[in-house]
Amino acid sequence: MTPLKERLVQLEVLRYYPDTDTEAHFQTYEVVCQEEWVVLDALNKIKADIDPTLNYRWSCHMAVCGSCGMMINGEPKLSCHAFLREYEGVIRVEPLAHFPVERDLVTAPDDFMEKLKRVKPYVIPKEIKPISEGEYKQTPAQLMKFRQYSMCINCMLCYAACPQYGLTPSFIGPAALTLAHRYNQDSRDGGRKERQEVVATHEGVWECTFVGACSEVCPAHVDPASALQQMKITSSIDWIVEHLIPGGKS
Amino acid sequence: MAKSHKPVVWFPFAAGGTVIAFCIPVIVLLTFLAALGHVPAGLSYDKMHSFAVSVLGKLIIFGVVALSLWSSAHRLRCTCYDFGLRADTLAAAVLYVAAIIGSVASAVFLLRI
Repeated sequence: MTPLKERLVQLEVLRYYPDTDTEAHFQTYEVVCQEEWVVLDALNKIKADIDPTLNYRWSCHMAVCGSCGMMINGEPKLSCHAFLREYEGVIRVEPLAHFPVERDLVTAPDDFMEKLKRVKPYVIPKEIKPISEGEYKQTPAQLMKFRQYSMCINCMLCYAACPQYGLTPSFIGPAALTLAHRYNQDSRDGGRKERQEVVATHEGVWECTFVGACSEVCPAHVDPASALQQMKITSSIDWIVEHLIPGGKS
Repeated sequence: MAKSHKPVVWFPFAAGGTVIAFCIPVIVLLTFLAALGHVPAGLSYDKMHSFAVSVLGKLIIFGVVALSLWSSAHRLRCTCYDFGLRADTLAAAVLYVAAIIGSVASAVFLLRI
């Protein structure tokens, strides 16, 4: 078996301890990595062998849990999915943009969690059936209407990429709105009207200017931009029904 | 929280975006060809003139011009916003007024044909 190729990698990592630091600063680490490693492997090596005080979140190491999102050379990425071979020179690692830093690369997701709750991301049954009547059935075609939008792993990369969220923090944002769309599209769901109270506001879909960066950075190929544009169409049709059709006001 | 009235400007924007995507590249190409002296037989001055004289022709030309202008104005407004220009009301007023002036001008010119 041929030995694995090694490479000396320089990482410039943002460090910040709110308790003791007045401002954040970069710390450079040199770490011997194997060629096929990802940035998260390099961080793990730093923590294990060089500096145990470095803080960051991670869990699955396979782009499923969504907890290791960070800015790598200025782009929001899952660090478990950012291969070292794709980078040359010094790799700059920072916490996810647009979120307050808790410590080093760890950000506080509270704002996203609160917004997620507001869009009611769960099935609000159209009709309540007793258990004796069996399960709520769905055809493959009905499933395909929302399947793509259910793949979100809540990694928040889309929030770090969205210029509107950066400029207007009250914007509900790509992932939460996409999940609203996912449940609106579900044939078992009857909660669209409730979700529209958040979705159809200025801070809902109308804050989106269709930059599309959310869809570019999404590691699960959810395409939040398409969900938001579809919701703009349905929200516009609602507006016409409510304002221009006599008796249409709900 | 109150629902937004943005659909008033967004619907014409979306319609204009579709018009721009389908018609404008062809119009640019044909205009470019015409400028070089290559006018396809079907688009000769006489044929275009008779098209612009008819009511349906006027409506189609006005629709293409007005929707494209409105869509471009709204896109520019959004671009200003993306670049951090937070004077959204001012940007919207200037750009929408420009689109309206352009639309009215196209209507006036069309009615004169």
